[in-house]
Amino acid sequence: MAELAVTDQPNPVTLKDLFVQFFIIGAISFGGGIVAYERILLVEKRKWLTADEFMAFLAISQTMPGLNSVNLAVLAGDLLRGKLGALIAVLGLIIPGSIFVLALGLLYSENSNHPMANFLLMGVAASACGLLAAITYRIGDDNWKHFKSVAIIVVTFCLMSIAKLALPLVLLIMAPVAIYLYRPGKSL
Amino acid sequence: MSHLPSLFLTFSLLSLLAVGGGTAVLPEMQTLLSQNFGISHTQFIHIYSFGQIAPGPNMLMVLVIGFQVAGSLGAAVVLFSFFLPSSVLCLYAGRLWERFGESPWRRSVQDALEPISIGLMASGVYAVAKASIVSPITLILALITLFLILKTKINPVFVILGSGLVGLIALKFL
Repeated sequence: MAELAVTDQPNPVTLKDLFVQFFIIGAISFGGGIVAYERILLVEKRKWLTADEFMAFLAISQTMPGLNSVNLAVLAGDLLRGKLGALIAVLGLIIPGSIFVLALGLLYSENSNHPMANFLLMGVAASACGLLAAITYRIGDDNWKHFKSVAIIVVTFCLMSIAKLALPLVLLIMAPVAIYLYRPGKSL
Repeated sequence: MSHLPSLFLTFSLLSLLAVGGGTAVLPEMQTLLSQNFGISHTQFIHIYSFGQIAPGPNMLMVLVIGFQVAGSLGAAVVLFSFFLPSSVLCLYAGRLWERFGESPWRRSVQDALEPISIGLMASGVYAVAKASIVSPITLILALITLFLILKTKINPVFVILGSGLVGLIALKFL
């Protein structure tokens, strides 16, 4: 508390609060949609970010490698409490799920040959595939409506899944081409 | 023990390649894991399913891969190498971004990377589909899920768990 008294920050955020809030998101976000929970926390519940700041952070998170939800936690944590804040926010976000998957992993390594476990997991995996297709379609959004973006999507898919090139090579080929096609002054 | 450096390198590389999120690196991850650690496609898809059931980022399932390959230490190495490189990069990118402000190239790079990451996600869907859609029942489950997620607001975790139960009953008795 003494530390808070000497700073002139309008909204002092404690590391503990940062951790607890991201931990809650990490623990309740069953079924995905973590970015939406983060927006509720950062913009609506605690007002740590303005809506504009959040959109800018989301854009960086999507452009940079890494998981969007984790990158958002890095950027928000860094803004609020520097590097340590970024670390604390990420840890809060991933600790609950980590414990959960590791518990499942332990069960699995003990029962992986059990036919019941196999049937259950095949059902889950098939459904996960449908979910992934739906998410991909939805994230694609406007990109499905323009010739240029559809062409880039199709070529990227073909290089990866049909020509079976390694991912770094695919990025090395596609990134310069796509950046050229979208260079400043070009419309969508 | 000998697997630890290799796990570290594999997941650091995947971390830095995950443009557009984890799905984009699924095919590459599947290939690398089967080459380097002998993880079969079926095993991979089982472990992938765990991420769908758990809260938090789905890609936390990489910890189970680390655990399968090299025990608790393996899980710790994967946690460190999959999350640290991209997070550090993002932190400094965020600080640079502030400084460069509104360069028109920023928009260009963002627009250009979007369709690439969607193409990579589509490859991720394809890789998961090849390993998970193995019978008419699994195809039907995938299509029902696709429909429910796109057309309703139901929480995906219920669809996934329901599908697991249906799979259990259908595949056992049919």
